[in-house]
Amino acid sequence: MNHFAGFLGRLSWQYLPHGAIMWGGALSFVFGGLAVVALVTYLKRWKWLWKEWLTSLDAKKIGVMYLIISLIMLLRGLGDAALMRAQQATSVGDSHGILDPAHFQQIFSAHGSIMIFFVGMGFMFALINLVVPLQIGSRDVAFPFLNSISFWLFAAGMVLINLSLVFGEFSAAGWLAYPPLSEAAFSPGVGVDYWIWALQIAGIGSLLSGINFFVTIMKMRTKGMNLMKMPMFSWSVLGAMSLVIVAFPILTVTLTLLALDRAFGMHFFTAGGGGNAMMYVNLIWAWGHPEVYIVILPAFSIFSEVVATFSRKRLFGYTSMVWAIWAIVFLSFTVWLHHFFTMGAGADVNAFFGIMTMIIAVPTGVKMFNWIFTMYRGRIRFTTPMLWFMGFVVMFTIGGVAGVLLAVPPIDFQMHNSLFLVAHFHTMIVTGVLFGYFAGATYWLPKIFGFKLNERLGKYAFWCWLVGFVLAFVPLYILGLMGATRRMDHYDASLGWQPLFIVAGVGVLFVLAGVGFQLLQVVYSIWKRKENTAGGDPWDARTLEWATPSPVPFYNYAVLPEITDRDDFWLHKHDKPAKPHYEDIELPKNTGMGVIVAGFAFLFGFGFVWHLWWLVLLGAAGAVVTLIIRSTDEETEYVLTAEEVRKLDAKQERYA
Amino acid sequence: MSEPTAIAQTNTNTEKTLFGFWVYIMTDCVLFASLFATFAVLRTSTFGGPTGVQIFHLPYILVETIALLTSSFTCGLALLSARQNDKRTSLLWFGITFALGALFLGMELSEFHKLALDGNGWQRSGFLSSYFTLVGTHGLHITIGLLWMGVLMVQAVRKDLSDGLLKRLTLFSMFWHFLDVVWIFIFTVVYLMGAL
Repeated sequence: MNHFAGFLGRLSWQYLPHGAIMWGGALSFVFGGLAVVALVTYLKRWKWLWKEWLTSLDAKKIGVMYLIISLIMLLRGLGDAALMRAQQATSVGDSHGILDPAHFQQIFSAHGSIMIFFVGMGFMFALINLVVPLQIGSRDVAFPFLNSISFWLFAAGMVLINLSLVFGEFSAAGWLAYPPLSEAAFSPGVGVDYWIWALQIAGIGSLLSGINFFVTIMKMRTKGMNLMKMPMFSWSVLGAMSLVIVAFPILTVTLTLLALDRAFGMHFFTAGGGGNAMMYVNLIWAWGHPEVYIVILPAFSIFSEVVATFSRKRLFGYTSMVWAIWAIVFLSFTVWLHHFFTMGAGADVNAFFGIMTMIIAVPTGVKMFNWIFTMYRGRIRFTTPMLWFMGFVVMFTIGGVAGVLLAVPPIDFQMHNSLFLVAHFHTMIVTGVLFGYFAGATYWLPKIFGFKLNERLGKYAFWCWLVGFVLAFVPLYILGLMGATRRMDHYDASLGWQPLFIVAGVGVLFVLAGVGFQLLQVVYSIWKRKENTAGGDPWDARTLEWATPSPVPFYNYAVLPEITDRDDFWLHKHDKPAKPHYEDIELPKNTGMGVIVAGFAFLFGFGFVWHLWWLVLLGAAGAVVTLIIRSTDEETEYVLTAEEVRKLDAKQERYA
Repeated sequence: MSEPTAIAQTNTNTEKTLFGFWVYIMTDCVLFASLFATFAVLRTSTFGGPTGVQIFHLPYILVETIALLTSSFTCGLALLSARQNDKRTSLLWFGITFALGALFLGMELSEFHKLALDGNGWQRSGFLSSYFTLVGTHGLHITIGLLWMGVLMVQAVRKDLSDGLLKRLTLFSMFWHFLDVVWIFIFTVVYLMGAL
């Protein structure tokens, strides 16, 4: 019996879901997975899927896979959001709403973790993979195999976090799992462990991607593209990846220490034994604050590309934009304490971090004005990406002002942990990050797939999102000022909050309609793709990636371009192209090793969650052995001869 | 592909990989920095358990340290021989490096074992948790380094010293020297400052 218990760790029947909503979550995960398996089997596409996609080292395909996972996770995160809105709109007075408190806590924890790690980061790496190599005139990333490992670790983390719907439970300790609540003494179940290992595995993937794209941008720019001629998106990716390199190891350590506390009885953050819970709060925010800039810097620069293209003007203040990015990169490490002004750091320390927080608004303001000046006297086209941009400019300024308000420690003492704060950071992350990535996807997907997304449906989606966002979050600002705290599953009827919560609930319905239009937009645009072909340069754009045909061939550039100016493509797009001089191209061969390594990492994480120590060892050993086998393979590349490139290039539809 | 281009291609690839590995080492630096910070916060949180003075034996640690520092030197010699295409000498030096690394790891594990037997395991106090984790993370890196070195040595025995293998040996030696630097900090911050 004991032997058997050791083999099964903590697994037991009591951990299966209970209650209708929990079963709903579990079944949607299981049947969603089964439906995909059945569809692929029915279409007899397994071999194709494996050879063309899962094992691909082509950054564009990896980008598309990131995009698909992020979209699915966006639906999951929105589902969680809708449940929370429903609960808070109905759970008043004698009524206790649709969720029990324990389940409600899991839902807000899952919502935050999923939206940041698997939507924000996923969307970001999707667009980075799709665009950065093209934009800097490169055929590939610096380390294609590493890129595949990064993606699959991200996917493994995603499966792990969703598996908590079926086996066991998720963390109920909030998206950053502060101890001592998240310690084994107070959260004895598997929930926090799912949180730790899903984030740890995906986080290591992000760290490896950070190194990869940092080296890609530093070492693989095409001839003539010195740093100050680089498109703005690539600049911000360089900034964001620098942040990843410095911040993510802190996350790795913090999660590991919490795991050691929980699994092996260590005393890093425990209430007793000499542990120090405040140290966790410092460590997690030393990663966490840079993290929000990691996801938003690329979004900012998507807007830079979009606003220049659709205003038909050079980006205003390019140099100041670059300096603003690097000022933000630096300052983002000097503000973390503003997340816990109330936790007893003292007046002087709070004053310092309050002032630094206000200062970081300055470079952000510089960027705002640069975008507005770019539009000034431009010939603006109100396309969907431009609408996302304009929604962002208005909403982000409001959210930013709320943020500067919160940066004042005495005000923060009143507002902290309130819905005002929740409204503030959602304004930054939804209208900043998410709107940015929606704009980027609409802008760049035609380059990857060769057809544009339907503009009319895109605009419907935008307006639903914008109206829904305002309806959902303006009430939260007001409720916060009225004293409503965050993470609240029930309140008294006499407070008079319910009408505002109902308005917020209506807001989320508009957002869901917006997502519905987006899904419809994708399906409709694929259906009508022949009528909507993009050509090489569908937006009359300025930067180098538009010099390639759409869809982009797997080798990106038949001939590597040479540039002389920041907007070289814009200046020379009507010149007669020179006769191309083709050369041999070396490209990486596909490999399934990335999938296998991440599969073992998944087993490692799953084993740790359930204390299946044999599985932990198996996962670790399997990953190491796979990497050793890979390292003995000397034939990881193949050559496309100049003649083959010439033939392939002749078939491409060239832009006019 | 014509010969000169092929060589140029290899060089840029190697340069890119070395640069990437440097960046990786920087991330590992941040990782250790976080652990050092944790240790600095918890070093006085002994919770009634022993302090550093009571459990660290500097002469023992000094032997460990000398073994590791010497292994870094022999690793450098091994790489020099490999670059001169002298496989036998190179393997000899790598063998010595491996032995010294294994000696270091064995001594560390024996120290850990003794601490645990005396009732001073990682569960005893915040100080000991952070001590085991900081030193143990370095030890884990050494273990990975030994494994990596073993694989590279087997590859070197079985095949010629190709450009690819030489590149990997260079990466390994960067890794090994880096672990040496980290150890110097551990020796200073954990042991010297703890025991003196």
